[in-house]
Amino acid sequence: MSGNTHTLDLDVAQALALENAQQGSTLKLDYRFELQRREFFKLLGGGLLVGVCVSSLAQESGRKGRPSEENLPTSLAAWLHVAEDGKITVYTGKVEVGQNIRTSLSQQIAEELRVPMQSIQLVMGDTALCPFDMGTFGSRTTPVMGPRLRNVAATAREQLITLAARRWQVSRDALVAADGKVTDPRSRKSISYGELSRGQELVTVIPDDPPLELPKDWRIAGTAAPKVDGRAFVTGEHKYTPDMKRPGMLVGKVVRPSAFKASLVSVDSAEAEKMPGVTVVRDGNFVGVVAPDEPGAMRAVKAIRAEWKAPQQSSDATLFSDLRKPTSEPGETYGMNPSHVAGSVEQGFASADKTLSQTYTVAYIAHAPLEPRAALAEWNNGKLTVWTGTQRPFAVRDDLAETFHVSPDNVRVIVPDTGSAYGGKHVGDAAVEAARLAKAAGKPVRVVWTREEEFTWAYFRPAGVIDVKSGVRKDGTVVAWRFDNYNSGPSAIRTPYNIANQKIEFHASDSPLRQGSYRGLAATANHFARETHMDELAHAVGMDPLEFRLKNLQDSRLAAVFQAAAEKFGWGREKSFPARGFGIAGGVEKGGYIATCAKVEIDPTSRDVAVRRIVAAFECGAIVNPDGLRNQVAGAAAQGLGGGLFEAIEFSNGKITNAHFADYRVPRFSDMPKIEVVLLDRKDLPPAGAGETPIVGTAPAVGNAIFAATRIRLRSMPLVPRGLQKAG
Amino acid sequence: MSLALLVNGIEHKVDAAPDQSLLSVLRDNLNLTGTKYGCGEGQCGACTVLLNGRPMRSCRTLASSAAGKSITTIEGLEQNGRLHPVQEAFLKVEAFECGYCTSGMIMSAVALLKQNPSPSESEVREFMKGNVCRCCTYPRILQAVRVASTRAVERSVEQAR
Ligand code: FES
Ligand code: FES
Repeated sequence: MSGNTHTLDLDVAQALALENAQQGSTLKLDYRFELQRREFFKLLGGGLLVGVCVSSLAQESGRKGRPSEENLPTSLAAWLHVAEDGKITVYTGKVEVGQNIRTSLSQQIAEELRVPMQSIQLVMGDTALCPFDMGTFGSRTTPVMGPRLRNVAATAREQLITLAARRWQVSRDALVAADGKVTDPRSRKSISYGELSRGQELVTVIPDDPPLELPKDWRIAGTAAPKVDGRAFVTGEHKYTPDMKRPGMLVGKVVRPSAFKASLVSVDSAEAEKMPGVTVVRDGNFVGVVAPDEPGAMRAVKAIRAEWKAPQQSSDATLFSDLRKPTSEPGETYGMNPSHVAGSVEQGFASADKTLSQTYTVAYIAHAPLEPRAALAEWNNGKLTVWTGTQRPFAVRDDLAETFHVSPDNVRVIVPDTGSAYGGKHVGDAAVEAARLAKAAGKPVRVVWTREEEFTWAYFRPAGVIDVKSGVRKDGTVVAWRFDNYNSGPSAIRTPYNIANQKIEFHASDSPLRQGSYRGLAATANHFARETHMDELAHAVGMDPLEFRLKNLQDSRLAAVFQAAAEKFGWGREKSFPARGFGIAGGVEKGGYIATCAKVEIDPTSRDVAVRRIVAAFECGAIVNPDGLRNQVAGAAAQGLGGGLFEAIEFSNGKITNAHFADYRVPRFSDMPKIEVVLLDRKDLPPAGAGETPIVGTAPAVGNAIFAATRIRLRSMPLVPRGLQKAG
Repeated sequence: MSLALLVNGIEHKVDAAPDQSLLSVLRDNLNLTGTKYGCGEGQCGACTVLLNGRPMRSCRTLASSAAGKSITTIEGLEQNGRLHPVQEAFLKVEAFECGYCTSGMIMSAVALLKQNPSPSESEVREFMKGNVCRCCTYPRILQAVRVASTRAVERSVEQAR
């Protein structure tokens, strides 16, 4: 028993690696192309059957000699280029999916290099041009890529100063770099970066600690710089993957199975094959078409009669009891079982005046990015280029290389700035499909998923069951905390409250649906359970929920956001009553501190719940771009209303039963409360990411407000999918 | 079938299938990709264009039914290199994150301000509730429409003088 309940301190990186490992094993749509396999066996000389299917997890951790984040290039030229005309090009494997990092990274580069932002062009997410990158997730861009590119830019600046000193035969100490030039204040001579570099590579090694500007001295970073290519978005000029075309391009579509886990029994494609310009591709379980255009491809798919056989599968009715069953494949879903133990919960419960035991549940939800999954693939002499909106271009490159048995060096993945992802675009399903069809057609092929395909064949935020048992003293001190999370994941599973006796465990389950990353990962589920439970405890001992939290908190940064949110909100100024309630919740994850206050109103006749006001206070160290940050925090708080109030994937026997926006409710204008954002700028602390954490406070704050008004305690996310009447 | 479509003031002859949507003709035949596919079901508004000045979901509009009408897409708003006031307001307020909903949002807002130059906030919410922003930048979009409408009002006052 002690084997899996030992204390294990999971830091952010480990938790991330873990959650990604979990995704690796469940995420890929499992295409086993027959043709490819035969080709591969020929290559191997046949007979070698084992070891062909390496799971992504094994690849990620066990790959030797392939690039990783540990052995990134340290040569400046790999990251940055100064052209003769002074244009600066910087390369990063991170991708822009709406989190505004094209702008915030450019700001930081401009700051260190001391050039205007307009002279910087960021090449993002192109595997042929950019240094290896694990992917854009886990709010890692700001804390990791930001400093890395600042180091790169500072190194370039210092190198340019050295070049100028050499040229003028003077000591470099007095030289000043500013505004794209190096100047010698003594002789008033100056020379532009472009002239200095003459477009050649700056050869030098990036040291670990080049002299960096301090956040308090920032002039470009730290300001509300406008989005660098904002204009292209209001004119419709920006090309997302579905907007791209290549000469001779055809359009591809996949004939989807009748249900999950279905296998193909027979297919009749005679009618489709007669359509002009249509090719039908059948490979193992994969059936797809290529046609000259989108309507043609759609018609061809409709004309194909495929018979599938699918096993009996469970439905959402038994979801939560299913998730309590231990996984049938230990070691498959998770490599380890993160647990945390402090003190003795048994003793803690014995010393408590009151104990409380409750269960919280979280439904599967869909990312439903407005830009559906899409890819354009093109083969040229055995080399593959794919444009696709993914958060992990290098992983998708490797996936393509593995699927088509070509060297990763012969695969190039390019990610155009993408119509959002929220953790939903970690894999390259559309890329594999487009590449398979392009291979058959001998022409570039573009695949764009329909909304229904999006809702069905993408993966979901994991559903989960969380049991919380706690003990509290009369004075409001929480003395025992037992927290068991089934399936939703370990992100932010630890409590930020100061509790002497704790036992916290994550339990892997067999998920009936394909699941994976989502904005904030499991932090949303864990915060929902924890912050709802804390609220219940506060009421149990008759304390104000804010006061109760502060009493059990030693983390001053978290306390500070609680106080900031409460102050802006006017916490405690008005009392809740049956038609109006006020709630509070907060927490910390990935270096970001969030506190959220919510005001809800309940219609006395319809019992509909309307969220009227949200105040979100957020702190993530030094702020790189306050305007962008405000947008992220407000957007996350608002998006949290969807999963908090009404979003839930419904499924039955291998099918999603609400795979349309008409049936799957997402937040709209009519759902929007007044949202106020309070930012705490800690210039003394390094910046942390902000794209995810602000989402976690919304659901518990709203649930707690509903309780304050109605005395109805809701313990399931979504809280009120059908209004309050049926929820209670 | 051959269709004559008047798009952004220019007449185009296109060869469209009888069941082809206006969205598909705009994107696939005319390469006007500013109008987006978000659902194809009339539920998200990403494909909004103006038909004789009224907002339409182009994914649910047969191309053939748009013949003879004046079609305006996001590409048609800019005049002589000058952004439309609604585009300007969206840019100024930065009323987007990923920007995928933006064309549709702008087209809906243009249509709204055309028929109601200074709408109340609840009128904006009501008129635009068919447009989804999955990044949930709704508060900023409301602000942008407000900015644009203030300008529109100012402009009409100027013209009245
Ligand atoms: S694409 Fe037309 S409404 Fe969604
Ligand atoms: S900005 Fe991403 S959908 Fe609106």
